[in-house]
Amino acid sequence: MEKKIRVLVAKVGLDGHDRGAKVVARFLRDAGFEVIYTGLHRTPQEVAMAAVQEDVDVVGISLHSGAHMALVPKVINYIREYGGDPDEIVILVGGIIPEDEFDDLKAMGVDGVFIPGTPISEIIDFIKEMVPKKKEQARKKKAVA
Amino acid sequence: MEVEEIVEGILLGNKRALARGITYVENDFPEGKEVMKRIYKHTGRAHVVGITGFPGVGKSTTVSKLTQEFRKRGKKVGIVAVDPGSPFTGGALLGDRLRMDGLDTNRQLWLDPGVFFRSMSSRGKAGGLAAKTGDVVRLMDAFGFDVIMVETVGAGQSEVDIIEVADTAIVVLMPEMGDDIQINKAGILEIGDIYVVNKADLGGAEKTEKWLKAMLMMDQEAVEILSKTTHADEAAVESGEIFARMKKGKGWIPPVIKTIADRGEGIEELANAIEEHKRFMEESGLLKERRARRLSRELFDLIMDEIKERLATDESLGFREMVDRVINNEIDPHTAVEQILKVLIKENGV
Repeated sequence: MEKKIRVLVAKVGLDGHDRGAKVVARFLRDAGFEVIYTGLHRTPQEVAMAAVQEDVDVVGISLHSGAHMALVPKVINYIREYGGDPDEIVILVGGIIPEDEFDDLKAMGVDGVFIPGTPISEIIDFIKEMVPKKKEQARKKKAVA
Repeated sequence: MEVEEIVEGILLGNKRALARGITYVENDFPEGKEVMKRIYKHTGRAHVVGITGFPGVGKSTTVSKLTQEFRKRGKKVGIVAVDPGSPFTGGALLGDRLRMDGLDTNRQLWLDPGVFFRSMSSRGKAGGLAAKTGDVVRLMDAFGFDVIMVETVGAGQSEVDIIEVADTAIVVLMPEMGDDIQINKAGILEIGDIYVVNKADLGGAEKTEKWLKAMLMMDQEAVEILSKTTHADEAAVESGEIFARMKKGKGWIPPVIKTIADRGEGIEELANAIEEHKRFMEESGLLKERRARRLSRELFDLIMDEIKERLATDESLGFREMVDRVINNEIDPHTAVEQILKVLIKENGV
């Protein structure tokens, strides 16, 4: 049996805008993924702990508050602190993100950034491609180490 | 993670190992079966509380508040929350976790070391649970949780699988979901060890409560006790004291508890009822009985699954040929079954 792809859709920090996150969650459901939605106002620690306990393949963080440069790396670090392996999890960021910060986010370990107007199929295809790829990379990295 | 690492991790209380073990089991990986084999002897200590009821009655909110209450009482709590998986796409929106309290209370359930929460898709299975929910409960049991709460999908009238895992089954209702005929229908309203009328601040809660109690009294043994009740006892009926008397005669009469879960009202009483039911089940020997019945059914199902799997995959058993012979009218289905069973038993050297 093929493993079902599990996705955590998360809202972090003081940010009440979750229409986008809910729409994405709904369409990912229709793409055949198992989607866990965190609800609003989670701390980076809570999101990271949920990612570990739910053993998700993808963490999608939605931010409209402008705090992405501060909060996203925290989520990634806490996943590691709680025993998870961010190397094998696809980390996505969505919402209001200035384009000139895409590269900075990617340098922090984010795999993809999706801003309003992105066709949902692009996100779905990205997830389907990246989940096995990251797992393979993580395996190789571990084998070397 | 390797099987060894997962088993050791679970027994040492490593949440990452538990999470990965659940993934293996849920996806039917061979490693999952191996993990289950090794942890079995460490199970059987946790009290398993099932929470079921129609969609939107407040199951997840009740679970969240109960978790807080049990944490106050020093218990470690594992939660498995099942939501429906689509029969069309296989996808699911698992939305139980978000009811777990976060910032609005001083008890951070999401980060509490004594709490573990796992969302599960039913993956198209009817009955209210996923196929592997029972195994996930066992993994949490081996991990060392005192209480494991299993929340079903928003159940329909006939979805009663929760009794296959729960030591204490709670059926949650809310006001204005139908009249006393609805409450007396077979199925989900037969399975409660405890009944909850949530959203009790809405109009009609007393009516629902009264109908539930009347339904519970329409039990043969209960009726016998009631028939001996004189007029002088009417006050006892009114005050609910009669329930205590019925309990003495019968052992357990499911209590009906009114709650307003989002405000935490009635939750302490509900937790008390769960602990009382646990004591009752243990002292009466019914817990052992219930678990034994369940295990015998589980073993039976596992054997059936294994036989099906072997017939489908092991060509030397001649299942395909036998089907063809039945199709061609060379043999009747009953004789075919007898012959296949003979082969199966011989194959395994019995």
